[in-house]
Amino acid sequence: MANVISDETIEYVGILSKLKLDDEQKEQAKKDLAQMLDYIDQLGELDTEGVEPMTHVHPFTNRFREDEVTNGDDRENILKNAPEEKDGSFVVPRTFD
Amino acid sequence: MEKKLNELSAVELGKKISAGEVSVKEALDASFAAIDEKDGEIHAYLEINREKAYGRAEDIQKRISDGSLKHPLAGVPVAIKDNMCTEGIKTTCASKILYNFVPTFSSTAVENLEEAGAIVIGKTNMDEFAMGSTTETSAFGVTKNPRNTAHVPGGSSGGSAAAVAADECSCALGSDTGGSIRQPAGYCGVVGMKPTYGTVSRYGLIAYGSSLDQIGPITKDVTDTAVMLETISSYDKKDSTSVDRDDTNFTSALIEDVAGMKIGVPRDYFGEGLDPEVSAAVKKAADDLKAAGAIVEEFDLSLVKYAIPAYYTIADAEASSNLERFDGIKYGYRAEDFKDLHDLYKKTRSEGFGPEVQRRIMLGSFVLSSGYYDAYYLKALKVKALIKKAFDDAFSKYDMILGPVAPTSAPELGKSLSDPLSMYLGDIYTISVNLAGLPGICLPCGRDSKGLPIGLQLIGDCFKDSTLIQAAYTYEKIRGEFA
Amino acid sequence: MSKEYETVIGLEVHVELATKTKIFCGCSTAFGGAPNTHTCPVCTGMPGSLPVLNKQVVEYAMAVGLATNCDITRHCKFDRKNYFYPDNPQNYQISQLYLPICRNGYVEIETGKLSVNQKNAGMTESGEVKTKRIGIHEIHMEEDAGKLVHDDWADASLVDYNRSGVPLIEIVSEPDMRSAEEVIAYLEKLRMFIQYLGASDCKLQEGSMRADVNLSLREVGSTEFGTRTEMKNLNSFTSIMHAIAGERERQMDILESGGKVVQETRRWDDAKGESYAMRSKEDAQDYRYFPDPDLIPVDISEEWIERVKASQPEFRPAKIERYKKEYGIPDYDIELITESKRMADIFEEATAICGQPKKVSNWLMVETMRLLKEKSMDADKIRFSPVHLASLIKLVDSKVINNNSAKEVFEVMFEEDADPEKYVEEHGMKQENDEGAIKSICEQVIEANPQSVADYKGGKEKAIGFLVGQVMKAAKGKADPGTANKILKELLS
Ligand SMILES: [Mg+2]
Ligand SMILES: [Zn+2]
Repeated sequence: MANVISDETIEYVGILSKLKLDDEQKEQAKKDLAQMLDYIDQLGELDTEGVEPMTHVHPFTNRFREDEVTNGDDRENILKNAPEEKDGSFVVPRTFD
Repeated sequence: MEKKLNELSAVELGKKISAGEVSVKEALDASFAAIDEKDGEIHAYLEINREKAYGRAEDIQKRISDGSLKHPLAGVPVAIKDNMCTEGIKTTCASKILYNFVPTFSSTAVENLEEAGAIVIGKTNMDEFAMGSTTETSAFGVTKNPRNTAHVPGGSSGGSAAAVAADECSCALGSDTGGSIRQPAGYCGVVGMKPTYGTVSRYGLIAYGSSLDQIGPITKDVTDTAVMLETISSYDKKDSTSVDRDDTNFTSALIEDVAGMKIGVPRDYFGEGLDPEVSAAVKKAADDLKAAGAIVEEFDLSLVKYAIPAYYTIADAEASSNLERFDGIKYGYRAEDFKDLHDLYKKTRSEGFGPEVQRRIMLGSFVLSSGYYDAYYLKALKVKALIKKAFDDAFSKYDMILGPVAPTSAPELGKSLSDPLSMYLGDIYTISVNLAGLPGICLPCGRDSKGLPIGLQLIGDCFKDSTLIQAAYTYEKIRGEFA
Repeated sequence: MSKEYETVIGLEVHVELATKTKIFCGCSTAFGGAPNTHTCPVCTGMPGSLPVLNKQVVEYAMAVGLATNCDITRHCKFDRKNYFYPDNPQNYQISQLYLPICRNGYVEIETGKLSVNQKNAGMTESGEVKTKRIGIHEIHMEEDAGKLVHDDWADASLVDYNRSGVPLIEIVSEPDMRSAEEVIAYLEKLRMFIQYLGASDCKLQEGSMRADVNLSLREVGSTEFGTRTEMKNLNSFTSIMHAIAGERERQMDILESGGKVVQETRRWDDAKGESYAMRSKEDAQDYRYFPDPDLIPVDISEEWIERVKASQPEFRPAKIERYKKEYGIPDYDIELITESKRMADIFEEATAICGQPKKVSNWLMVETMRLLKEKSMDADKIRFSPVHLASLIKLVDSKVINNNSAKEVFEVMFEEDADPEKYVEEHGMKQENDEGAIKSICEQVIEANPQSVADYKGGKEKAIGFLVGQVMKAAKGKADPGTANKILKELLS
């Protein structure tokens, strides 16, 4: 395998992805990630010099909404699936910002 | 032998309902009876919407009877893949993280079907968040292939394809990010179509890879596909990527004529890895179309093998971001004990997402991360541009491309997940169609020696959905009944 | 002997735009409202929801860009900035990184002459007036986050998404500022442009304008930049000034003791007068920006730019110059009147109707300012119409009411934009201009005040004032004091 994923890297990916991995899962993830990256490295065989990266397949642009209020109070629906709710708000562990 | 109501195509059933020969309730009875009889084993459904469906049936029946509702799908029972929001009906994406999520609005495609009078009878199983090719990554158990229950139905829309194949509904909606409609349709011996990107609104479809996702029909025949696609297509103000097209009268393409149509068959699709039985069946279909007047030629499409790495880079990058919203705060699963906010996030997501989803989120986060963006993500977007260009070149010569939908027929249950990469390789014929935003249709063209269906795929240029439907319809007539 | 350091400052200014609806959904941006009552599936990140861009946001961003000499990006795109925080319902913010709507602009600031805000912030005059160009690196459009309220009872935080999705522009300057004075001058200049455009009310205290300060130090003479820190949570000019001084000090201490400044985000605590690092191990500061696949690009045509340009207002510096030429009112008045576009608009319109710039200016400078201060209101929120101010001035000129009554009417006008003509009519405030009637009152007053009459006749000119006052009192304020004065003098001669 050309790509080797270090412990630090998989730790970092866990932070970015907000996933908690135990040691066994970490080892598996390191292997899986390295294998996929090796595979993706094939793209390096292609000369893409001067090629414009394509995000959207269609060339359309300019989809707008007019600045008009269309929504009323929908709080009941918005909170319907909340795991924890209080005073019309979502509850999260205390955060300091 | 007279077919049972649930065995009829959607259009055939709709005709009987509108003619008053069959009531909407009888149509539902037949589908639910089939579900009761078979779904214990097949497990195509995650949620059965029995009570509400009967409630709606009364209203629909009234409107059909008084003549205020006229639509080929009025009163027809449909199944919806569980990644499309349905108001008041649990929608889980086959994931523990959404195990209890009940949307408060319906996706536009579902609304369009309901407006036509179709009745949602349930939500179908799928690979978790549409990530998989077998429906085995579902958090709620596998779906079996109704044609041979030792095999997978394909995926990720495996539940929808199985439900249609098992006559547990008249027709169904699937979604296709890298082949997720066409491949299970192929494995289950039904018709599945992914329209041109932007034809069907994505509003209410829980995103996997937003630039690739497209909703489409899974049906018993090409006529149903045309009717269903015509019904769900709409220019939606709520989806910025939906396209305003005035050529969505797909039923007018149900014409038996391929004379003079130019069909390209990529040599690159018939190389190593393709099962000989699949190859033979697909080539036979090409010959049949040629015999019917089409001009069939082999050509080199090029870049075929690069589609998979480009696809997994792009799809997983988008997915890593799309799935960030599942964090245990606004809806769905929340871990039981946690130290603080970040612990809540991590525990919820590790416990809520299955291994395949976690694998893709990690790869996606990695290819977007600082220092790797250019080398991986941007590179993939450039390769996508090259692939699009290769298709443009092909479509300057051909009206459509013909090939297999998958290298093999449906694999046995439990044989695919252990090696993700080789599972990904099975997407080789479907994936580039999503990268280029093209329409693709799959319909059965034979069976292998195990009796499993083999799928034929036709790929068209953007906005040439009608051409595909016409060719598929013609082929279906040549082929005859697929039983 | 310690080295001499130069402070290098760049600003990231977030401005909440004055649209009626949010940037990607049809929810109201109105302030207040119970938690989560201005929300929908889009701005709460419900599965399956999708964003659609508010056109007005693009127009405001372009207008600000044009006012600040930016190039408008003809083909601009939105990107996702990924980070987990509960105020951010999708856990990504839709913003612009790769192709922001405006780039390469600048504003000109003047230093050496202190503005009201600079004085209020406790600055002292530095003497020589200088102009300086502050570069604008880019302006991009993005969505605001929701609010977290700490719930002490439950040791938890409550999330309210009413502000989630409110449109923002972020104006990123070049590191061209060297002092707090320049920073404040720059912010004032931006605020003037944006307020004149009506794109935002730009209130630091209320958070509709937020400035993050990037600051580094370098030795005087050096051309390389030092390591910078980013300071957040600065909600007044005073706290900006203190934060700059504090951070300069902190970095200087580090450098002097041979240490290295760490690039980090710090939060300013105004009460304590110090800042602290915000970073935690779980915040990777790796935002994984990539183009948002849910939104298609925005193409801006030459015609569109021209249309926005054509609707740009006359900005303050140009207005000041013109007022000096056209109106003949004191420079001080001009400064104050043009501080708010609303005030300037009222001045110009009322003057156009009544033709008396000095009188209009007087009403604005004295009574209007007094009431604004009393009610701690912003000039932008003035309700009365210039038409009514002009007719009030006419009522005084034509002696229908006297000055005292006019002040009374003005207060009502200020409150509820009352029509002064109607109000005077309805409340019987027209003054008595019939000389015969005033004469008979004067006669009664003379009769009743022999002492004052004697004083006047004895040469005490001032006694006439008392008599005029008595006439006004008897007439219940509705007599013209000038006429009363004239008649009294005639009667007593
Ligand atoms: Mg920002
Ligand atoms: Zn909203």
